[in-house]
Amino acid sequence: MGYTLNFAVVWTNLPRLLGGLLLGLELAVASLAIGTLIGVAGGFLSVGPSRAGRLLASFYVAVVRNTPILVIVLMLYFALPDLGVRLDKEPSFVTALSLYAGAYLTEVFRAGLVSVPPGLSEAGKAIGLTRLGIAVHVVGPVMLRNVLPALGSTFISLFKDTSIAAAIAVPELTFQARRINVESFRVVEAWTVASALYIATCFAIAAALRGLERRFPKF
Amino acid sequence: MDEFLTEAWDARDVIVGGLLQTLSISALSILLGTALGTAVGVGLVYGGLPLRLVARAYADVMRGTPVLVLVLAAFYMPSVLGLHLQPFSAGVLALTLFCGAHIGEIVRGALQAIPRGQSEAAKAVGLTFYGVLLHVLLPQALRSLLPPWINTCVEMVKASTLLSVIGVGELLLRTQEIIGRNFLTLQFYLLAGAVYLVVNFAIERAGKALERRVAFR
Repeated sequence: MGYTLNFAVVWTNLPRLLGGLLLGLELAVASLAIGTLIGVAGGFLSVGPSRAGRLLASFYVAVVRNTPILVIVLMLYFALPDLGVRLDKEPSFVTALSLYAGAYLTEVFRAGLVSVPPGLSEAGKAIGLTRLGIAVHVVGPVMLRNVLPALGSTFISLFKDTSIAAAIAVPELTFQARRINVESFRVVEAWTVASALYIATCFAIAAALRGLERRFPKF
Repeated sequence: MDEFLTEAWDARDVIVGGLLQTLSISALSILLGTALGTAVGVGLVYGGLPLRLVARAYADVMRGTPVLVLVLAAFYMPSVLGLHLQPFSAGVLALTLFCGAHIGEIVRGALQAIPRGQSEAAKAVGLTFYGVLLHVLLPQALRSLLPPWINTCVEMVKASTLLSVIGVGELLLRTQEIIGRNFLTLQFYLLAGAVYLVVNFAIERAGKALERRVAFR
């Protein structure tokens, strides 16, 4: 063995680690926001009247959910420039993670829409709302409440997936931990602290979400 | 396109080799992870307090940490502790631990969903704890376990790409090497993506067929 723990290097690098953690959260929030837009559109398409729309939505979901996220990230970052689209590391990663999130969220919102009782939209129709009005004022809010738990767990897994950004040298938490590992050889310390930060953040997000769900009780 | 086809044909052995590596990494970690996960799930439901705490801590730590961190930790940590693991073994170890935690939660959910009367009836006819587990609970749990288990299998195939970061020559790393030689970046990433798609689609289809076979008739 002969390995003695020494956390000094990790403590002096703590601001870097925390900065990386914050960057990871920002990437996750941005991807969740864009992914939600995609997911809402995809969800409405997949329960909508248009056959082409339903096919498009299920094709998108099947392709993205069966492709590894690392392949999507590398493809967007290294291959898009060949097509004349050059994105910086962070925007490129957010695009990849948003596309990935959008596929999972399409399924989430589809399930959410299906779970809204048909009586509600019929009632909306009865008081003279347009189809858009029903979607925005009646079905939308009920669906949002129903999908809140699934939205939360998607956010947690997106946050964990931001570690993959290290593969294209985005300086988030995993990247910083690896840097400490390589620079100082404080291997055990670097990884246990990084892992502890991830776990603590996941638990904090989960607790915040439970609070949110209590504030908006189910219909 | 012609150039791509020639290059792809030239690289066919490398690609197939990478795919085989990907498949063996996934199969190994799914098998070992399922065994581990079953034990963890049973421990979470029927264990005494100490066992439950250990299983809970294990599952939470593994599920709260990104897979890439697990892979990197399994790659770098053992050597300073005097244990020498090849990248392949380190990667499979990380994926197994990750898989075990997820399957553990799935098994826990499936076991808890079985009505209490089942194990009470089994006890009443004189089965031991292992008899109840083996002949009554697990066979019933299997049915609700199957869909999330198939999902986990797909996730493991996807997660095996992370082993490219520690230098295991699976499909993604082989693809990157090929791209490094011929610069057909988009084409070969698309090819790799398509191969993963086909593998995962096949797993999904096989899973659906299996679900139909074990369904109540």
